[in-house]
Amino acid sequence: MNVLVFAEQRDAAFKKSSFEAVAAGRALADQLGGQCAALVIGSGVASSAGGLGAYGASKVYAVDAAAFARHASLAWSKVVADAAETFGAGVVLLSATQMGKDIAPRIAVALAGGLASDCTALRVEGGDIIATRPVFAGKAFIEMRITTPVKIITLRPNVFTAVPGVGTAPVEMLDPDLPESLFTTSVTDTKVSTGRPDVAEAKIIVSGGRGLKGPENFRMIEDLADVLGAGVGASRAVVDAGWRPHTEQVGQTGKTVSPNLYIACGISGAVQHLAGMSSSRYIVAINKDKDAPIFQVADYGIVGDLFEVVPELTVRLKENLGK
Amino acid sequence: MKIAVCINHVPDTETKIKVAPDNISIDRTGVNYMLSPYDEFALEEALRLRERFKGEVTAVSLGGDPHRDTLRKALAMGVDRALLLKEDGERDSFGVASGLAEELKTMSPDIVLFGKQSIDYDNAQVGTLVAALLGIPSVSVVVRMEVRDDGTVSCDREIEGGHETVQTKLPAVFTAQKGLNEPRYPSLKGIMAAKNKPIEAKPAAAVPARVVTVLMRRPPAKTPGRVVGTDKSAVPELIRLLHEEAKVI
Repeated sequence: MNVLVFAEQRDAAFKKSSFEAVAAGRALADQLGGQCAALVIGSGVASSAGGLGAYGASKVYAVDAAAFARHASLAWSKVVADAAETFGAGVVLLSATQMGKDIAPRIAVALAGGLASDCTALRVEGGDIIATRPVFAGKAFIEMRITTPVKIITLRPNVFTAVPGVGTAPVEMLDPDLPESLFTTSVTDTKVSTGRPDVAEAKIIVSGGRGLKGPENFRMIEDLADVLGAGVGASRAVVDAGWRPHTEQVGQTGKTVSPNLYIACGISGAVQHLAGMSSSRYIVAINKDKDAPIFQVADYGIVGDLFEVVPELTVRLKENLGK
Repeated sequence: MKIAVCINHVPDTETKIKVAPDNISIDRTGVNYMLSPYDEFALEEALRLRERFKGEVTAVSLGGDPHRDTLRKALAMGVDRALLLKEDGERDSFGVASGLAEELKTMSPDIVLFGKQSIDYDNAQVGTLVAALLGIPSVSVVVRMEVRDDGTVSCDREIEGGHETVQTKLPAVFTAQKGLNEPRYPSLKGIMAAKNKPIEAKPAAAVPARVVTVLMRRPPAKTPGRVVGTDKSAVPELIRLLHEEAKVI
């Protein structure tokens, strides 16, 4: 069974999650006895497309045209669905990013396929794919089977590993001829709010809660995050209080995250917050209340005053990391 | 203007999930349910659009009788009609979307609003699936929307680390993210009036599942880790552990 991977890029640079998806696609294709191809859509993307070969794509389809400079959900999903048919794909993989989640349902309808969202593991059992995904923001996991001939799967960023090998893949240019009507819903402007990684994609997250006592003290969290190149997260309490934007909220009514390292500062650990971050690989908790539930999931804890500990951590890391 | 808001009834965020004996669903015993939080933003936006453009807002929910509570809340907030598409069993996202789309076809609304995802299964699929099934545009994860008199719409949607502005045209589906508006609390008058308003009900159109759950399990239990220290003197040891043991920095 062939696997087609949609490799998302922004400004002609692939997202890390795209490499993860290609690597996962290759692993899946090998188990299913098929080929793995990638698909790139954009403007000025053709020259970097072949590089996906290093992650396991044996072929890369590329659409490189000014009309595709910005995302247009109807047009892009049509291109992906058409490429899947051309390639004879039984599986279409995407990253569960805001773009991937926006087009995957349309691809599923176009290909009459079932869609498994935001998966954290894939395995093949008796020729069948079993996808694992968190539900209830991570309070439980389900394993599922897609019963349709074509299966669409989105993968949670930061969970699948991507180690580049060597080599490039041949690039086949596609020149889709789409009606203007498919471009009527399109992006006209993009604004990046901070230079920091989004919590949904960050490898490291430094997160703050009520224990910070006021929005002005989040400077400490940001300083620590910047030394680590980390994203800044926040608990629901501080988002509801208007200290931080909702884009930073981690938990059941915010984002469910899986970074390598999650540093929780002044967060007690409400059920809905723990659900959203407990699948982080390593968790550090800094809180002066030794009975705070966050210590139940933390690998390393400092039961102490974050106003002392966090700045010290920033200073020491700066020295250690030579910044 | 005809507006439909599709809403869901979900376990509240404080719920500790237990797996039922069938090993594919949750144990509902003692679980409190509520209107899925993102659906509140969708309802509020619908009511604001009605204030501006006049017309009618219909709340639709697909599920069992307990969904009536959630529809009642929508009525209390101020929607004109409430419709339950009855389904006592479980459905996958495609099944829910198909059931809703069948009904919306006959209703032919100008705007369909959803929450960006239900906080139970977190699929974030149904709104966009419905748009695809209806053959109309959609914008997901919307934090700002401006509907113009000529039927064009400018929206901001959330993306990783920022926002993008999307233009589209009605009829269309929008899925609401927190930040779109500040949902109103139902007034006492609204709550009293909602008690006497009818909730229409009819069976949801049958659709075969495309995705089947074969197992549900709790996440592996985490054993509490190590307390490294009680003040800033513990910081060097913490850094050593993160570097040498966890190898994450």
